[in-house]
Amino acid sequence: MTLSIQHATKRFGDFKAVDDLSLTVEQGQMHGFLGANGAGKTTSFRMILGLLNPNAGVITWKGKPITYAASPEIGYLPEERGLYPKMKVLDQLVYLAQLRQMPASKAKQEAMVWLERFQVPHYAAKKVEELSKGNQQKIQLIASLLHNPSLLILDEPFSGLDPVNVEMLKKAILDFQKQGATIVFSSHRMDHVEELCDNMTIMDQGKVVVDGSIREVKRSFGKQNVRIKMDVDLSSLKNTVGVVQFTKTHDGALFQINDEATAERLLESSMKLGKLRHFAIEEPSLEEIFISKVGKAYA
Amino acid sequence: MHSFWIIFKQSFLTKAKTKSFIITTVIVVAAFFLLANLSNIIEIFQGSDEEGNVLHVIDESGELAPILQAQLDQQNSDVQAMPTDMTEAELKEGIGEGTIDAYLVLEQEGTLNARYVSESANELGSANDVEQAVQSLQTVVTAESLGLSESEVGQLFTPVAFEREAISESSKSQEELSQARARLHFDLAHLYRGYLLSKYDCDGSGKREIFRVMEILISSVSPVKHMFAKIAGIGTLGILQMLIFGLSGYLAMKTAGTALTEGAFSVFGFSDVKISTFLFAVLFFLLGYFLYAVLAALLGSLVSRTEDVQQLMLPMMMLIVVASLIAFSGISVPEATFVTVASYIPFFAPLVMFLRVGMLDIPLWEPLLSIGIMLVTIGLLGWFGARVYRGGVLMYGSSQSLKDIKKAIRLGNQK
Repeated sequence: MTLSIQHATKRFGDFKAVDDLSLTVEQGQMHGFLGANGAGKTTSFRMILGLLNPNAGVITWKGKPITYAASPEIGYLPEERGLYPKMKVLDQLVYLAQLRQMPASKAKQEAMVWLERFQVPHYAAKKVEELSKGNQQKIQLIASLLHNPSLLILDEPFSGLDPVNVEMLKKAILDFQKQGATIVFSSHRMDHVEELCDNMTIMDQGKVVVDGSIREVKRSFGKQNVRIKMDVDLSSLKNTVGVVQFTKTHDGALFQINDEATAERLLESSMKLGKLRHFAIEEPSLEEIFISKVGKAYA
Repeated sequence: MHSFWIIFKQSFLTKAKTKSFIITTVIVVAAFFLLANLSNIIEIFQGSDEEGNVLHVIDESGELAPILQAQLDQQNSDVQAMPTDMTEAELKEGIGEGTIDAYLVLEQEGTLNARYVSESANELGSANDVEQAVQSLQTVVTAESLGLSESEVGQLFTPVAFEREAISESSKSQEELSQARARLHFDLAHLYRGYLLSKYDCDGSGKREIFRVMEILISSVSPVKHMFAKIAGIGTLGILQMLIFGLSGYLAMKTAGTALTEGAFSVFGFSDVKISTFLFAVLFFLLGYFLYAVLAALLGSLVSRTEDVQQLMLPMMMLIVVASLIAFSGISVPEATFVTVASYIPFFAPLVMFLRVGMLDIPLWEPLLSIGIMLVTIGLLGWFGARVYRGGVLMYGSSQSLKDIKKAIRLGNQK
């Protein structure tokens, strides 16, 4: 019950969209894809779904390549949204679920449960074009998981949503994972991946830059942050041995350090300067890891 | 197969529920009933037959009116010549009051003088009948005054036997040509419908404001299946619409008591059409529809906005215009080489081969070969179309030109 990608490469002419991608997602896990536009996330998803064939490498789900026969088990939310604008919400959901082999009556029942959950049951009989963008997004997500797939692929599920709706959708996705579904999703927002995923892959220009368990990635990054809040100027501490980077903040400073010994040195030095209000050793953020690995800020 | 029928049903119902489809169907059905009942409706406005079309005749001799009636009957006219004792002044008054339609004054002073008086000069139909009958009356009266025997008068009135014959062996008689004319009317109508349907189909896939709903669809169902299910769904609706038209036309005429050969329908020459003609018509309609629908789906999948659809549809419209031009000019010269050649070119065949089948006695293998070529073309276009369809769906942004087909095929080939 695993999704396995082994050395998948996809070329369009001379352009390598995905270069030697390998990963395994165990059943019930959530795997995050991070990367700027054009990094190769969508092409990777299309290869997983069998919409594009890799030029090299093997992709399997439960030990077999994904074909249309597996359609009832797969759920997909494409990045660029699209629903029939003139079709009614409930009709559309039932139609899309039927194409995934779900009986119409059951699809109708389940669709209403989901619409209730997303607090939009009154939109069931409305045409899609009458809905706001955010609400259309909810309908799209329902369409991707209504037929209860065991593998769910979500391309940028939270883009364009307000924070309240992001929380609502996050919770729904987490609950869906708890029921045993394997979920692969991409996001522009690093914090979403950090919050939801066990494992992740950071891609840049088709290549995998970082991958593995998020905890492991952070640990092996080798650098940590020390955040100090004091009312005095801390710039004298930036030359302490082991400090890689110094950033002044409005209420103190943030130090990127190489090892824990440096943290101890910083604690000692800072206490000598005056009253210490706050001292914390923080894990590096994914953003920092991304910038350090890719050499540029995350788009 | 399950998903095929779901898409089939969805395309069928979605299209059947559109305002344009419902309005077109209702208008055409209403038009059939209106056409079939036209004479009845006119009668209602003109009053019934017994009262109307009575022509009061002032005939002092008393002999002319019965002969006039006999002539009118011979002409199949519904005008009834009725001798009257009323004076002209009284008759004029009657016309003014609307109790009398018209009257005729017949005077014989060597030659025959006739004066037709009616309320307005617009009643041409009756006046023409009467004029013709008076003309014949004059001939009868003159013949009598010349002392011709009855058989001699009979000879005088024998209609000329006028027949047209075509020398070419493959050409058909005049009678058969009317069949061909009917076919062409019918076929042109159905090809245009086919085109409209295929345009519908194109709009169906092109109108999507947001493109990637297709990506959801092709991740669940193969693009070939999706494309053909959609074409079949909308095509079936087209056939159903034709059946509705046929049935309503039949019912309209049944209820109106008119036959296909009468009234407005006689123009189309339907009276001579054989069952085989209709079978060929249906077959060529289906093939023509599928050919253009596959082409439209192929082009439609490349664009994301309705405005762009128009631009891409232009080459397809040109094909249809050329096919119609060949067919129309082929009516007068069905044996011309360009007609023969065009009848094997799949995009023209639905119209042109049908025209040849209708107007010439060509061996059966010719239409069969043409049908075969069309089937192969549909297959090839379907195979090719599915690639473009898939590639078009996976392409980002909107495309507007035929150059994008290349790009789409490249993407489609990645599968």
